Amino acid sequence: MLAYLVRRLAWGAATVVGVLVFLFWLFFLYADPQDVARRAVGEKAPPAAIAQWLANHGYDKPAVWNPAAPLDTRLADHLRRMLGFDFGTSDADDTPIADRLRRGLGPTLGVTIPLLAFGLPLALAMAMLVAFFRDTAIDRAGMIASVLAMSISMLIYILAGQFLLAKLWRWFPISGFDADPAVVLRFLALPVAIGVASGLGGEVRFYRTVFLEEAGRDYVRTARAKGAGDARVMARHVLPNALIAVVTNVSLSIPFLFTGSLLLESFFGIPGLGAITVEAIQANDFSTLRVMVYLGALLFVAAQIAADVAYTWVDPRVRLG
Amino acid sequence: MAPAVAGNAIAAAVAAAGAVVAWRVRRSAYRRERAAAIVRRAPLATAVVALYAAVALLGSIAWTDPVAPGTVARPRSLIDRCFPADFGERSYSAPLAAAEFYGGAPLAHPGSHLLGTDILGRDVLQLALGGARVALLIGGVTSALAIPLALLFGVTAGYYGRRVDDLVFFVLSTLASMPSLLLLVALVMVLGRGTFQVCIALAVTSWVDFCRLARGETLKLRELDYVQAARALGVSDFRILWRHVLPNLSHLVVITLVLTFSRLVLSEAILSWLGVGIDGSWGQMIDQARDELARDPIIGWNLGAASVALFGLILAVNRVGDAVRDVLDPRTAREHA
Repeated sequence: MLAYLVRRLAWGAATVVGVLVFLFWLFFLYADPQDVARRAVGEKAPPAAIAQWLANHGYDKPAVWNPAAPLDTRLADHLRRMLGFDFGTSDADDTPIADRLRRGLGPTLGVTIPLLAFGLPLALAMAMLVAFFRDTAIDRAGMIASVLAMSISMLIYILAGQFLLAKLWRWFPISGFDADPAVVLRFLALPVAIGVASGLGGEVRFYRTVFLEEAGRDYVRTARAKGAGDARVMARHVLPNALIAVVTNVSLSIPFLFTGSLLLESFFGIPGLGAITVEAIQANDFSTLRVMVYLGALLFVAAQIAADVAYTWVDPRVRLG
Repeated sequence: MAPAVAGNAIAAAVAAAGAVVAWRVRRSAYRRERAAAIVRRAPLATAVVALYAAVALLGSIAWTDPVAPGTVARPRSLIDRCFPADFGERSYSAPLAAAEFYGGAPLAHPGSHLLGTDILGRDVLQLALGGARVALLIGGVTSALAIPLALLFGVTAGYYGRRVDDLVFFVLSTLASMPSLLLLVALVMVLGRGTFQVCIALAVTSWVDFCRLARGETLKLRELDYVQAARALGVSDFRILWRHVLPNLSHLVVITLVLTFSRLVLSEAILSWLGVGIDGSWGQMIDQARDELARDPIIGWNLGAASVALFGLILAVNRVGDAVRDVLDPRTAREHA
C-alpha cells in the first residue's frame, strides 16, 4: 500500500511537471511575448511601453538558457511561481491573481457543491429506476428522454432556463450574486437547477449501463435464487458493486468543483473562478488562464490518487500494490 | 477566393471519402449486412444525418461570380444560390413579415424570409443551412487530424510496450489531466482564431480517449494466436500492424468517429460563446442571439433556428452513434443479439 502510494505520487508529480512544461511551451515559447504585450498594452503602444510592460512581468528574460544567471530565466520563474503557488499578477490589469482566486472560490463552491450534491443522487436514483424496469416502457421512455436531454447544448439550457424561469415566470432573479446568507440561495437556485438538468441525461445513461452490467453478474442470480426481491437486489447487491464506477466519475468531476462552470457563472453573474476565467479569456489575460489550467490539472492528479485509495474502501477486493 | 477553394477541396475530400466507404461497404457482404443493420436500427436518424450531410456538402461548394468592377464579390455556395443574390434586408424582420420588425419600414423581399432576418438583415434560414457546413468541417477536419494521430501512438504503444508505452502513456496522462475546456480555450487563444486553429485545438483535446482505447485493444490483439503466428513466420512489425492489427481496430474507429462528432460540435458551440469559435457556426448564431431574448418585444427566431438546427443534428448523430455501437461493438452486439 505504502509502496504503491509512493509510486503513484511520483507518477502524479511527473504528470504535473509535464503539464508545467507543456504550459511553458504553449504560453512562452509558442506565443510570442511581443504579441502578448501588444494585446495587453494596446496595438498602437509605443515600443518603449511594450518593453516596460515586458520587463515588469519578467517576460524579457531569456526563455530557457541564461549563461550569466542560470536561474534567471522565464522557465525558472514559471516553475517557481507555479510550484510555490505564488502566481504573480494578471497580464490584463496587474492585480494579484492569488487574491482574485481567493475571492472567487466561495461563490464557485456555492454553485458546484450543490450541483454535485443534488445531481449525483438524482442521477443515481433515476438510473436505478430505469435499470430496475429494464426492457419495459419506463426504461425505453427514460432512455429516449436521456438522449434528447444529452443532445441539447448547454447554451440552450441556460438561455431557455433563464428566459422561462427567471424572466417570464419570475421564479428566480435573472442573474447576480449576494453572499448574504439570507438571499444567497435565491441567486444560486437557478444556476444549480440548470446545471443539474443539463448533466442529467448523460449521467443517467452512464449509470444505467453500469447498473445493467452489474445486474447481469452471477452474484445477482445467486441473490435472486436465495429469494431476495428486486428492490433488495438493486439496493443491497448491485448498488454497492457499482460504487467503483461512481467513485471514478465523481473523481473526474472534482477539478470542476474548483475551476467552476464557465458558462453558468458568467451567465448568472456569479463572481466565481469560472467567471474569472471567462474574463481572462475576453481580456487576453494569459497569466490567469495559465494558472487556471495548472490548478485544474493539479486537482485532477490529486483526485485520481484519492480515487485509487477510495477504490480499496468501496471494494475490499481491490488491493493496491 | 481562398476560403472558397479550401471549402471546395474539403467538400471534394469528404465526397471522395464517402465514395470510398460506400464502395468498400458494397463489395463485402459482411459490411453490407452491418450497414443495413445500422440503418434498420435508426432509419429516421440515418436519413436526418444524410440530409444534414447533403446540406453541408452543398454549402461547401462555392464560387465567385464575375461582377462589375468596383464591387466586392463574395463566393456564394450552392445553398446561397437557392436564394436571390440580394436577399438581405436592413435589420430584423419576423418570419414571413412584410415590414421591418422595429419601425415597420417595408422590406425589399416582403413575405419571403421563411425564418425572418437577423440584426444585419441576413436571412436566418440561409444562415442556419450554412451552419451545417461548419459542423461538418468541425467534425471532419478534427477527426482527420485526431484519429490517425491516436492510431499511430496508440498502436505503437500497445504493440511495442515498455519504453514506448511509458512515453505515450505519460503524454496521454499529461494532456488528460488538464481540464479539457480550459485547455481548448488556451490552445485557441495561443494559436489564434480561425477554423483550422479551432480544429487543431479540438483534435489535441479529443485524441487522448481514442488513443487509450486503441492502445488497450492493441495490447489484447498482440497476444492473439494469429499475430503470434505471423510473428513466428517472420512477418515484419509494420506488416503485422498494417495487415493484422489495424483492420481489427476499424470498428473502434467507426464507433469513435460517430460518438465524438456530437461532442466536437457541442464544444465548438461553447467556444463560440466564449468568442473564439468558427465563423458561421450555429454556436455563433446562438451567441449573437443571446441578447435578443432581453429585447422587448423579444426576438426568438434567430436563436430558435440555430438551436433547432444544432439539436436536430446532435440528436440524429447520437441515435446513429448508438446504433453503430450496438451493431459493431462485439460486447454490446452480444447483449442485443
